[in-house]
Order: sequence, then C-alpha cells, then structure tokens
Amino acid sequence: MDKISAAQQKYLRDQNSHHKKIFFLRFLLLILLLAVWEGASRAGLINSFIFSSPSRIVLTAWQMMADGSLWIHLSVTLGETLASFFAVTLFGLMAAVLLWLFPAVSEVVEPYLVMLNSLPKSALAPLLIVWLGNNVRTVIVAAVSVAVFGSIITLHTGFREIDSDKIKLIYSLGGSKKDVMFKVIVPGSIPMIISNMKVNVGLCLVGVIIGEFLSAKAGLGYLIIYSSQTFRMDWMLMSIVILCLLSVALYQGIRILEKKFG
Amino acid sequence: MDAMLSLSHVSFSYHTLDGETLALHDVSFSVGFGEFAAIVGPSGCGKSTLLSLICGLIRPESGEIKLGGGQTDGSSAGIGYMLQRDHLFEWRTVYDNVLLGLEIQKKLTPENRSRVERMLETYGLSAFAKRKPSALSGGMKQRAALIRTLALDPELLLLDEPFSALDYQTRLEVADDIGMIIRREGKTAVLVTHDLSEAISMADRVIVLSKRPGHVKSIIPISFPAAYDTPLKKRNAEEFSHYFNLIWKELKQYG
Repeated sequence: MDKISAAQQKYLRDQNSHHKKIFFLRFLLLILLLAVWEGASRAGLINSFIFSSPSRIVLTAWQMMADGSLWIHLSVTLGETLASFFAVTLFGLMAAVLLWLFPAVSEVVEPYLVMLNSLPKSALAPLLIVWLGNNVRTVIVAAVSVAVFGSIITLHTGFREIDSDKIKLIYSLGGSKKDVMFKVIVPGSIPMIISNMKVNVGLCLVGVIIGEFLSAKAGLGYLIIYSSQTFRMDWMLMSIVILCLLSVALYQGIRILEKKFG
Repeated sequence: MDAMLSLSHVSFSYHTLDGETLALHDVSFSVGFGEFAAIVGPSGCGKSTLLSLICGLIRPESGEIKLGGGQTDGSSAGIGYMLQRDHLFEWRTVYDNVLLGLEIQKKLTPENRSRVERMLETYGLSAFAKRKPSALSGGMKQRAALIRTLALDPELLLLDEPFSALDYQTRLEVADDIGMIIRREGKTAVLVTHDLSEAISMADRVIVLSKRPGHVKSIIPISFPAAYDTPLKKRNAEEFSHYFNLIWKELKQYG
C-alpha cells in the first residue's frame, strides 16, 4: 500500500484530531481543578490549613525529596506492595494449579475459600499485629490476605473454563493430566492470569495501606496516619497524590507485561 | 482376515443424578486394515461416544473392543483422533502445534521432526510453519490438525465430524484433501459424520446407526468405478445418488 485514498486520509486525520482533542480536554480538566483549588485557598474561600493547596503540596514534596524522607516512605510502600504482589501471584497460581489437579480437594475447600474471600480483611489486621508483631512482615501478610483468596478463586474458575475438547485432544495424543495442565490450561490462561494480576496489584496496594495504618514505622500509609494525628494536611494530601501516581505506575507496569505476553 | 478394529456387543450408558441414559446398545462391527469406514446416524445416536470408546478415553460397560488383534488397554497408542474443530493452540506456532503429540510422547527425534517437516511441505504448509494458526485459512488449519494427528504415525485414524465447522465450499475441498492424504498414507480410518454425502464420497463402507440407544442398523459397502477416484469426483457418479437414497431410507425407517 503506497497510495492512501483521500477518504482514508480524511479518516486518519479525523481520528488523529479526535485523540488530540480528548488529550487536551483531559489536561484542561486537571489544570482547571488545580487552578480552582489553588485560587480558592489563596483567596481564603477555603481554609488552606485544612484543605492545603497544590502549591503547598508541591513545596512539601520538594522539601521531603530534598531531605530524602519521601524516598524512604515511597520505597517502603512500593517494596511492600511488590513483595505482596509477587507472593499473591505465585501462591495464587500454585494453589489454583493444585486445586485443578485435585478436584476432590477443591470441592472440600471451596466453601472455606468463598468465606475467606468475602471476609473483610481489615478485620484481620489487628489479629495479625498480635500474632506477627508491629513490623513490615505484618503489612505484607495483611496485603497478601486481601488479594490471595479472590485470586485463587478467579484463577481456578478460569482453569475450569478451558474448552474440554482441548483437554480431550491432549488425552487422545496419549498425554497425562500433567500434560493437560502445562500444555493447555496454563498457556491458554495467560491473558486471564495477567488480567488477574491487574486486580491483584490494586488490591495489594489497598492491603499495604491498611497494614501501614495499623502497624508501620514508615510508608505512605504511615505518613497519612501520622499527618492526620499531627494535623499536617500538606503531608497527608501529598501522600495521597503520590499514592495515585504509584497506583497508575503499577497498573501501567502490568499493561506492559500484557502487551508482551497477552 | 484379521480386522484392524473390531467391536463386539459394545454397550455404554451415561450416568447423571437424573438417571441413566443408554447411549449405545450392543454395537458390533469391524474395520479391515486400510479400510475407510464411515458411521452415520441421527444426532444424539452416540456416534462421538463410539469414537471415545475406540480411542480408549472411556471404557465400555459391556462388550469388547479389539484393536489390531489386541484389546484396547485404555491408552491410545496407535490411534489418532481428529476432533470437530482443529484446536490448534494460538500460543504455539503451526510447527510447534503439529509437534504437540510427539512432544507429549517424548518422541521428538530428528527422524520424526523431518517426517513432520516433509508432511508440512507435501501438504502446502511449510511456508506457514513459523506463523501462528490464526494466519491459516480454515482448510489449512484442518490440514495442520491432520498432520498433528499423523505425526504420531497412528495405524487407525478416528475422525469426529472433522469438517463440520467449515463453510460448505471449504468443506468439500478439505474432505477431498484429507480423504486423499489418508489414502496416500495408507491409514485405516473411521469417520463419524451426519453428512451422508460426505460419508458416501469418502468411505469404503457406511455403517448406519439407529437413533438412541444407538446400534448398528445396517452396513452398506460402497464402491465406485475406478475413474471416480476422489471424493469430489464420486459426488458426480451415477452410483452416488443410488447410495444416498439407500442410506436415506435406512435412516428414515426408524424416524
């Protein structure tokens, strides 16, 4: 195709300008919100001590970057989130594989899994502090507990939905149950596994923040609680903004993985 | 003569909580070496169940199935099973797909590889070997599925309505193709289909099953003059409509 027709060119142009328009409006919305917030706080319409303002948030972030404390809190939260995310992914996959290989086991434990999955995990956090102590381990276990049960159930359900004729094919070629697992079920479930990872990374972040609220000496969740107790709203809002950016970054990380393998 | 495959008094039922469904009742027939048999019957008459039994994926409740003289032992060595759809795995290349059986049976020897490569070459797929199955047309996919089955060098081929997912034109071409390939490779084959024309044009013998519980109603030998040597040509032979009417009547008698 060396020549593009006029109609196709017009279509491509329209699409392009449409995308630009959307991008511009998104950006405009952000600027508008920030401007209203900043303006209202400077004009004294809102109390800047309580509501902070974009400029104060940026200033706070700048100061905390300069003294290095922001990096410590950010890296603690990021580290805990990644650790729990890998644990959930690994453990969820292993458990789902075992449940698929041993259907009798899955039948027995199913109601327990459903119950654990619907239990509000924040109720477990105080228990975990007593059992595991006031430390990073507790935060990670809390985060794992938020995501892992749902992950097992989702993956196992996905495994069971694989076309039964594909399974029959493996058996007809003389394969064993293990061949079915590793030649059909797992490779055929990659897109489902990755979309489950997207859910997990978000849930792990939720779990980490819950954990840090209750038992931590560092991290963005700790920073939020600490600033609320000492009434430093600049710190708190900055932490929330950084959490927003962090969750976007983690989600995009999985998107890259999806493009590569999905 | 010793048969490649013989079934004697085979019965099979499906069990559910709602009760028992007799799928096959007292089925007996045999297929000789190098013969192409087609099984036709109304839908739900247990045609596919019959293939699963022959393949050893399920066991008969009574009766026995003998293969090349020996009894099926539950393993499917020596039997190639072709399913309704190609089931080529999208996460593998065409080449890796056709090697699947050899990989499972740990027979990825250089000789086997080169045999598979020769088949890809002969049947016009070698240019697509490194591509994903989605790059193939419906007919090519079915040919790749056949090569995957033939890679294990089975003596007996079971074909479970292998063309039913294709559009009509492709279906005629692929049936022609696959019929020729099977004859050229000298395989014994059992084809299950609800398409009478397909059965008549491809088989040496048509086995008519009754409606459920399926049992053998009649066995009709098919022969065409030597000039009609491909499934597509046979459709134009005078005998074709004669066989068609004969089998049609057989099927209708039971309603």
